[in-house]
Amino acid sequence: MADSNITHLTTATFDEEVAGSTEPLLVDFWAEWCGPCKMIAPILDEIAGEHAGKIRIAKLNTDDHPDIARRFDIMSIPTLILFKNGTPELRIRGAKGKGQLVQELQAFL
Amino acid sequence: MSSRVREVIIIGSGPAGLTAAVYTARANLHPIVLEGEPSSTSDQPGGQLMLTTEVENYPGFVDGIQGPELMGNFRAQAARFGAELVTAKVTRVDFSAQPFKVWVGDVEHEAKTVIVSTGARALMLGLASEERLLGYGVSTCATCDGFFFRDLEIAVVGGGDSALEEATFLTKFASKVHVIHRRKELRASKIMQDRAFRNPKIEFVWDSQVVDVLGETTVEGARIRNVVTGEESVLPISGLFVAIGHVPNTSLFTGQLDMDEAGYLLTQAGSSRTNVDGVFACGDVQDSTYRQAITAAGSGCMAAIDAERWLESRHDAPADIAETPRNW
Repeated sequence: MADSNITHLTTATFDEEVAGSTEPLLVDFWAEWCGPCKMIAPILDEIAGEHAGKIRIAKLNTDDHPDIARRFDIMSIPTLILFKNGTPELRIRGAKGKGQLVQELQAFL
Repeated sequence: MSSRVREVIIIGSGPAGLTAAVYTARANLHPIVLEGEPSSTSDQPGGQLMLTTEVENYPGFVDGIQGPELMGNFRAQAARFGAELVTAKVTRVDFSAQPFKVWVGDVEHEAKTVIVSTGARALMLGLASEERLLGYGVSTCATCDGFFFRDLEIAVVGGGDSALEEATFLTKFASKVHVIHRRKELRASKIMQDRAFRNPKIEFVWDSQVVDVLGETTVEGARIRNVVTGEESVLPISGLFVAIGHVPNTSLFTGQLDMDEAGYLLTQAGSSRTNVDGVFACGDVQDSTYRQAITAAGSGCMAAIDAERWLESRHDAPADIAETPRNW
């Protein structure tokens, strides 16, 4: 699956990436066994490519890094959290189509 | 405006729509599949199987296969024969005259035949608290979210196969799974009932209805009413999974295609023909009886063959179709 525009986060890199990002950073909490997560992955890659310089998109595998998922009370995936200057500003629950995602992210694009 | 009138448009991309795509693509009808849009409900590209894990009863997979993987295979197979797959949701149709018109937003598609395979989606309880806590303990997708309820006590609402399947699956994570059902007996198949009754982590709450989901930022409990005694009680749980049945995705076709009282499309017995000549329906959108992946796929094949023969009979089909061998 194409995800050339996406950064993969781990427990080790999460805090540094989130705090250090100059652009708003959208983190996609996902896992391998989640069908809807797979559906939105190519959409997120497209959005990241089309809005490069304005927003960055990263993903965190909740299976591999449950401690980070717990810290943000993730109880459902996909959940997208948008961090600005290291602070969560927006939370999007569930898979959505591209049009709707772009609309919800509009303020940051 | 669209540039050309197509032979066939397929609306929906579950087992029915994608099987119709494989067959019509192999018959050189160059189908376009308007797949739908991603969501965390069962109304999404790939259909209801995208929210399931192990599919054990789809023939051909000795050891079973994961739902999303199976649908990925269906899709890849349709693409291999040249089906055009568009991840977008149809917003409007006009079946009143030939060519039929199908819109995605402002984009118009025209075709001589349409195969409707929009499926059915899972019902929700319809409570304000349920909507508010969706993603915070209320879930429409056990396979997506079960993992986050490790060692917690949760509940599944419903008494059919999908409810028991979810409950059984969730016992892998949860410490206890309450199955809340509004009657005293289950609709589920014998094998699923046996499995659930044998499972020490599953406990049944009979004759009961969820009237409210409790909690501010996460689920803390469910208020339950016993429908026989009228008595209310609170079940302390951290997660609520809703599996109370399905409703067909047919609002798009209101006033254009004949439906039964429940909204399922009506087809002529033994075929996929709807009341509109040239519009065919297959899969769960027209089936409230069997609702299996394999019956959906089978009816998708019927719709493809019906559409192909309809085009042939109108002498509208491309010349090479007449020679398409019947050894499918």
